[in-house]
Amino acid sequence: MNAAPPLLEVRDLCVTYPSGGGVPAVRGVSFRLDRGETLGVAGESGCGKSTVAGALLRLLPRGTQVTGEVLLDGEDVLAMDAERLRAVRWTELAIVFQGALHTLNPVKRVGWQIEEAITTHQHGIARSELRSRVAELLETVGIPGRRAADYPHQLSGGQRQRVLIGLALACSPHLLIADEPTTALDVMVQAQVLRLLEELQRDFGLAVVFITHDLSTLASVCRRLAVMYAGRIVEEGPSDQVFAEPRHPYTKALAAAFPIIGDPRFRLAPSGLPGDPPDPRELPAGCAFHPRCAVARPECATRGVELWPAGEGRRAACVQVLDEALP
Amino acid sequence: MSEPALLEVRDVHVRFRGGGGAVARAVDGVDLAVGHGEVLALVGESGCGKTTLARAILGLERPVEGEVRYEGAPLVYRTDALRRYRRSVQMIFQDPSGALNPRQTIYEAVAEGLRIQKVAGAEEPLVADALGRAGLRPPERFFALYPYEVSGGQRQRVVIAGAMVLKPRLLVADEPVSSLDASVRGEILQLMLGLVHETGISILVVTHDLGLAWNIADRVAVMYLGRIVEQGTTEELLDAPRHPYTQALLSVVPEKRGLAQQILQGEAPDPTRVPAGCRFHPRCPLVASGEAKRLGIEERCRGEDLALRPVSGAAAGSAHVAACHAVG
Repeated sequence: MNAAPPLLEVRDLCVTYPSGGGVPAVRGVSFRLDRGETLGVAGESGCGKSTVAGALLRLLPRGTQVTGEVLLDGEDVLAMDAERLRAVRWTELAIVFQGALHTLNPVKRVGWQIEEAITTHQHGIARSELRSRVAELLETVGIPGRRAADYPHQLSGGQRQRVLIGLALACSPHLLIADEPTTALDVMVQAQVLRLLEELQRDFGLAVVFITHDLSTLASVCRRLAVMYAGRIVEEGPSDQVFAEPRHPYTKALAAAFPIIGDPRFRLAPSGLPGDPPDPRELPAGCAFHPRCAVARPECATRGVELWPAGEGRRAACVQVLDEALP
Repeated sequence: MSEPALLEVRDVHVRFRGGGGAVARAVDGVDLAVGHGEVLALVGESGCGKTTLARAILGLERPVEGEVRYEGAPLVYRTDALRRYRRSVQMIFQDPSGALNPRQTIYEAVAEGLRIQKVAGAEEPLVADALGRAGLRPPERFFALYPYEVSGGQRQRVVIAGAMVLKPRLLVADEPVSSLDASVRGEILQLMLGLVHETGISILVVTHDLGLAWNIADRVAVMYLGRIVEQGTTEELLDAPRHPYTQALLSVVPEKRGLAQQILQGEAPDPTRVPAGCRFHPRCPLVASGEAKRLGIEERCRGEDLALRPVSGAAAGSAHVAACHAVG
């Protein structure tokens, strides 16, 4: 008998936006995630990380070309009909975006919004049961149940983000996609929300794909990490190793941009990366990172790269890792 | 020190009248000094009053008590005097896109300050010099471009060039890199440090980002609910914080390793209802854990407001201060 399929397996995902003759935002992304696991997807503006999130839930604008496979429990999300997709969203996988103020309906009480999510997927649930389920969800995310009667503007930013997480959990999904869930929040509130996500993951065996530009946060909350650049994963592996000993020059530059407080190497020495990410319509030949790479070789301008093994459980899309693989 | 600090804030209070007649004590008695060529980071969470304090320093808010002094003399709140003052003290805002007029070329954006200040002499060399200093080289290539035609990092460089063109002595930068990607952030911080070294300018950087402070600041002041609660050199403050609020903040930033997380409950408190006693006591881990009681200070934490005081065990000549009954 074959082993059960992973909870999520993404195979060669490609996404092209229709504007301006086609913008290839994601160019062949593959990864897998087991039940209860956390994967961090890191990268800077325009690298395609949020497009990956949108593709997993099929939330991209009409006309966007999506190829590859998104296997959820072995079933391809990209091939589902509308009815099946509706059933799967919320009950199997749910998403939390940044900017909770804009995602919640400002003229509906937060309790009503959670009720709506539940009744859409669970018809004929008794009124009293619904009430207690809403209160229970709010308590789960650290908000007193009586706040169900509040409108979004009566809650603070951190509380609204908690409500959104509660909303995402309304139908007990197995997989949560969190796209910059803490970006607009203060550090202390951010820590509260991250702690909540950790608890949910532990208590409910929830798997989480955590998408953010903040590499240092990911390194502290996710077991595995994938770093994206110009529409591709350029490095992946256990997050502490990827952050502490990056193998790809881009990851190295990105990690160095997050100073470690107390470490003299970063004291009065901010570190950045010259240049800008490439325009997805005019990607450089060879390795897309080579024009900004501090250790590029002549071959990098022409030779294509792929994710090569780079140590135990690690892969990196840089020709350097091939040197070490040689006998 | 006989020479006065470049900028001095003395017991400044700024209050706002909110809904229902409640008075928000946004800045509630702050003392602060920025020396010549110094980078001071003013750190705190949203709502702590740090942006209001920055606005008071720029003369955009008039303190109801206390004073802001520049080169030893108090600010004069008259239009012409303030205009002269703002030639020496320039502001950089968080979002470079919002700070630039989309219908203005980069040349016009940088030249605008010169025109407002009616700076004599040829304009173009000054604009070119400022753009070059901000790392936009060759500057002529950027003259005719519009903000949308350059990257976010380059836009922030344009904003910095617009501030530097007047050759100010102090730059007040409110979250100057928080809207930028990490790799670009480092480049802009390098630029700011370079300006300090090359021109001797002072920078007051207002931020929530303690990693940024470690990257560029000489000293750090931590603000909570309208007050500075701890101040010292960056090393003193970030390697050996003494105020429980600073300790908690540091424990939750991923850039600081190896500290047990102390997650404070609730969000930034309300400046219309500043607690009696130490303003931090309702969220203070020392009070909540019973440690304050054990130390015999709990009553004072709850009832006795306190000023900054030197921390015990600091090196001779250290200016490390904290406002905590358990310290000193």
